[in-house]
Amino acid sequence: MHELAIALAIGMGALTPAIGIGMIVSSALTAIGRNPEATSKIQPNMILGLAFAEAIAIYALVISLILIAQG
Amino acid sequence: MTALHISISAETVFHIGGFAVTNSMILSVVGTAVILGIAALLGSAVQHPTKSNRKVRALAEMIVESVNTLIEGIAGKPKTALFAPIFLSFFMFVLLNNWLGLLPGVGTIGFNENEEEKVVVLPQRKPLFAHIIRPVQATSAKIAEEIVGEPVEIEGTAATEEKAEIESKSEEEHTVFVPFFRAATADINTTLALAIISVFLTQYFGVKFQGMGYFKKFFDFSSPIAVFVGLLELVSELGKILSFAFRLFGNIFAGEVLLTVMLGLTKLVVPMPFYAMELFVGGIQALVFALLSLVFFNMATMGHHDE
Repeated sequence: MHELAIALAIGMGALTPAIGIGMIVSSALTAIGRNPEATSKIQPNMILGLAFAEAIAIYALVISLILIAQG
Repeated sequence: MTALHISISAETVFHIGGFAVTNSMILSVVGTAVILGIAALLGSAVQHPTKSNRKVRALAEMIVESVNTLIEGIAGKPKTALFAPIFLSFFMFVLLNNWLGLLPGVGTIGFNENEEEKVVVLPQRKPLFAHIIRPVQATSAKIAEEIVGEPVEIEGTAATEEKAEIESKSEEEHTVFVPFFRAATADINTTLALAIISVFLTQYFGVKFQGMGYFKKFFDFSSPIAVFVGLLELVSELGKILSFAFRLFGNIFAGEVLLTVMLGLTKLVVPMPFYAMELFVGGIQALVFALLSLVFFNMATMGHHDE
């Protein structure tokens, strides 16, 4: 049961950030495709957005690590 | 495979008087010393230009120029001189501490310490519905005892499992492996401190550019909705502290755990891509921390001019 909790915590917690990151990068790539000259303006903003999205997955990972250390 | 001992918090290595020095503190002092060394080197090269330190000066100018261009693109020219040192400080500190955690010997060279009773103990897990199951098991054990005539140990009940655990613990010598070094940013204390500094600097810049009217963002009593929005903003600031702290801690600590597990499973060649990924992640997280701080500083100084 405990192991199931650990696995579910990170498994389900990484689902929506993955979708979010895909959407962010997809829109950034579309924008770069339309206007290749604006790459240097688009890229830092994409990295910023990626950080926010990935942070959610990291929260889930920290919970599962705490559960591993606890049991 | 022997059980991996993953410690979320940094372990104490030695004590100075009453002050416990942890393994991440040691590396953070080393990281700070490296940064000061680099700063002294570049600074003296720029201040005393000679023919021989051309390349050092070129490196310094390259760093400063790229940072200034980046910040100008986000914050605009007047605020660049104000934000650039802080941006670069955050970036260098986080980057160096992330990468120092990847050096050979960090996390692997250490000593064995006897497991002692710690003051703060995470609650041990209890089985689901323990408050229902245990009395039932106790009564059934009692009934079995009356039938058989002597104390009965039923396998699988909580009482017998606890007994077995206590017995096995008193038999084994419990030693815990404590590494001498640990990445400073893999310690939640360091990342929390950095996050608090960053968010307080945001407030400081807000007050500096907008005066005390900056706090109207949080306490706006013009309409009930504005009060609610202000409350949300306040909670969001606290959320930023936690977000900064856990993003950095989670990335670096998870990277450490990943490398430990990978090196435990396969040797030498297969963990190499993971090592490369950790280098990359260390760099990206440093950049993200500094960039995000910069963006929040900028937002704090701008106010509602564009609304």
